Amino acid sequence: MFAGRGRPLKIQKSMKQSIFTILENKRLAPSVFRMELVGDTSQITAPGQFVNIRLEGRFLRRPISVCDKAEDRLVLIYKVVGHGTQQLSEMAPGTQLDLLTGLGNGYDLSKCGEKPLLIGGGAGVPPMYWLCRELIALGKEVTVILGFNTAEEVFYEAEFAALGARTIVMTADGSYGRKGFVTDGMTALEKECGFAGKDAQQSDCAGSSADTFYSYIYTCGPMPMFRAINQVARTSGQFSFEERMGCGFGACMGCSCKTITGYKRICKDGPVLEREEILW
Amino acid sequence: MVSEVSRAAGRDAATHQSDTGFHADTTVTLSGWELDNPVIPASGTFGFGKEFAELYDINCLGTFSFKGTTLHPRFGNPTPRIAECTAGMINSVGLQNPGVDEVLAVQLPKLQSYFHKKVIANVSGFSVEEYAETVRRLDECDQIGLFEVNVSCPNVHGGGISFGTSPEAAAEVTAAVRKVTRRPVYIKLTPNVTDIASIAKACEDAGADGISLINTLLGMRIDLKTKRPVIANKMGGFSGPAVFPVALRMVYQVYEAVKIPIMGMGGVSSAEDVIEMMLAGAAAVQIGAANLTDPYICRDIVAALPKTMEQYGITSLREIIGAAHRN
Repeated sequence: MFAGRGRPLKIQKSMKQSIFTILENKRLAPSVFRMELVGDTSQITAPGQFVNIRLEGRFLRRPISVCDKAEDRLVLIYKVVGHGTQQLSEMAPGTQLDLLTGLGNGYDLSKCGEKPLLIGGGAGVPPMYWLCRELIALGKEVTVILGFNTAEEVFYEAEFAALGARTIVMTADGSYGRKGFVTDGMTALEKECGFAGKDAQQSDCAGSSADTFYSYIYTCGPMPMFRAINQVARTSGQFSFEERMGCGFGACMGCSCKTITGYKRICKDGPVLEREEILW
Repeated sequence: MVSEVSRAAGRDAATHQSDTGFHADTTVTLSGWELDNPVIPASGTFGFGKEFAELYDINCLGTFSFKGTTLHPRFGNPTPRIAECTAGMINSVGLQNPGVDEVLAVQLPKLQSYFHKKVIANVSGFSVEEYAETVRRLDECDQIGLFEVNVSCPNVHGGGISFGTSPEAAAEVTAAVRKVTRRPVYIKLTPNVTDIASIAKACEDAGADGISLINTLLGMRIDLKTKRPVIANKMGGFSGPAVFPVALRMVYQVYEAVKIPIMGMGGVSSAEDVIEMMLAGAAAVQIGAANLTDPYICRDIVAALPKTMEQYGITSLREIIGAAHRN
């Protein structure tokens, strides 16, 4: 009865609020948990999107990136960084959660050429998983570099390898995998694998480089890691940003950032930005 | 019983009859503008409504107050701009907006495709001239029902002190805006003052048609890990359910000081809060921070109002405005 005197509403719907039920919530690393939920995942359409979780007693929702989804299942891997995520980590299976889903743009899979390189740093590792799975399903030759501070923080190495990705783990202190940052891993792989050379030239991806083993970069992690990657990257790529958010769906301008093409809301126009539009 | 024919005509969207035959009239009037209900999303928490229109038909609202608009485009403050608090949040967005010309050329034409009521134009400025020029340009747009002038901004010509903290400066803005539009002008007041009633009175005397209050309360948080302020700008505006009693008290005080209508806001997050705000003296009620945490809240409050009115024996919302002042 409020439908506005017969004029149709021209609005593209992308987000959805619904109730999910926790199926499993287990520790993967000292402060990292994996939560599997069941609910309406219909609006979750791209790797790199996030959900915003309402928590009892907390005023703001908690934005968490989607690690994986399949039909009505949703996997979230989150790091305990404060009271809200602590509360999340203590929730038992069967608990119901109010989620806003379908938030953020997610990664664009169409630009990556044949040999995408996925780089996840710490809490930035989870969104790489669904992305990796999708890219492998598209027949891509995927390399994954996962960066952690130390051995006990490492998670999901076997899961990425099981998808069929070449998986390299870097630890800053050298206590597991290779010693160094993710960019050290990039440099080492360039030496070991030689250049993609001819293969990359043949790929139809714009911005791919003939000089290295990868045709495109997808990454999620902290800003210092992004800056380091940008210093050594030989191709174009997509970077997923984190910011303190108010609403998470584009209303409050709490998480805006400046880009080459003007301001963008990390929650709505991001969190994924292209390398060329980022103000480094 | 309201007939289906009259419902379809849209006019009776605001009269509700319950199963028990209780008749609830949710209509209110702001300076001659009749609203189906007093529920109005507050500026800065609702953008231009598009994100919420993805979730529900926002035409169920009384109206909404659009994102604070300035003469020139503004990026606003550095991030982090948001900090969580107990029962609320701090924001320091800094009036990010594309500027009045783009609002007129892009946002308002777009709005017509999903919102068919008139809207409240929220305007900010950093000089008296900027306020007047922004309102003058917006005044050409038929979609605007009234102006809400945010006087919480710092006056760049007055040593950076907020216009809203001095009766003289608030009156000066009011008078300047009053001259450039025939539409109603509501002045949105900051609560960060010692005597809000005197500022409201100064605005009324300068020709304001109404008062909006309260804007956010100045607050801050410090991160125990970094030992630095959470917000990049150190301080920001505190809002959310925690501020409701303060807002209610100020609406009550301003109602005693002025005769013009009041839009009450500050921590409102339920139909009960709306009614309480109206009892204190609000002719309409805005909902701010709650939109960010529950995007359906305004729709749900609109839906809950008739039942809540019945529960408290209120047949007409407009009749309870300021009822708490009666002896």
